[in-house]
Amino acid sequence: MSIKKNDVVVLPCSGIGKAYGTLARETAYELVERVRPGLAKLTCLPLLVINDPQAKQLVMNNPVITIDGCPKGCAHKSVESVGAQVAKAYQAIDFYKAHKELKPDGITELNDAGRRLAAVAAEELSQVVDALAAGEEG
Amino acid sequence: MAIELMKVGIISCSGEELPGGTVSRIACRKVLDDLRATETVTICLPLFIAGDQGQREFASNYPTITVDGCDKYCAKKSTELLSGTPKKYILVPEILKRHGLEAPIHRRDLNEKEKAAADVVAEEIARAVDEVLNE
Ligand code: SF4
Ligand code: SF4
Repeated sequence: MSIKKNDVVVLPCSGIGKAYGTLARETAYELVERVRPGLAKLTCLPLLVINDPQAKQLVMNNPVITIDGCPKGCAHKSVESVGAQVAKAYQAIDFYKAHKELKPDGITELNDAGRRLAAVAAEELSQVVDALAAGEEG
Repeated sequence: MAIELMKVGIISCSGEELPGGTVSRIACRKVLDDLRATETVTICLPLFIAGDQGQREFASNYPTITVDGCDKYCAKKSTELLSGTPKKYILVPEILKRHGLEAPIHRRDLNEKEKAAADVVAEEIARAVDEVLNE
């Protein structure tokens, strides 16, 4: 018998001015498109800012991972603002602190090191996604 | 005496999920960094929720142009709700349609055609900036 798993919502912040905002977004894309497609889901964070009913339902009904580009914590706070809870909150700079050989740079497009860092970070987060999907964490 | 130049605020929806949001983000960055670098400022949209009062006053402090990647109008609506009425609002699909350009399909890495479409959107935003400054 197959066990139904939760979708896990991965929300990067909508940073437009910092390389770490771009790193947050790239890490989310890596998780959703390459590392855990079909399990990790993405939505536009600004939909929570306008209280969109579907986006709200998505974060209310599934475990949520946020990845923020700076200590302002926009993704984290936006989820909480609609009354949902964040299961795991990350700051993209911590991915770099753990892998100092990969320094992210670039706002519109990340440099190669930043892209590799996003790939590595997504691999590391995959275990958290799996645990949340199985209802083991949060 | 220092003369303070008026700046125009640009708020991109920055949508992560949809290709239109990526076009919006890239077009806005081109205006901010290149086309109208000295005349424009920006703010990360979710700071209207996560930031302080000063950040919520953005649209009162600057005449603001919002740029949205789809007709959910997240940038326009959140600015209206939480900051102030934008001077102008721009919808990416509308501009692309007007120029006979195809809708983008990549949300992560735009291809050359989609980058060219983002350039067209950036030119339109820059024109809107000039209009606001000349009002
Ligand atoms: S967390 Fe920081 S980088 Fe991300 S949207 Fe907020 S202010 Fe911008
Ligand atoms: S306007 Fe559309 S593309 Fe932009 S953040 Fe909202 S839902 Fe996403």
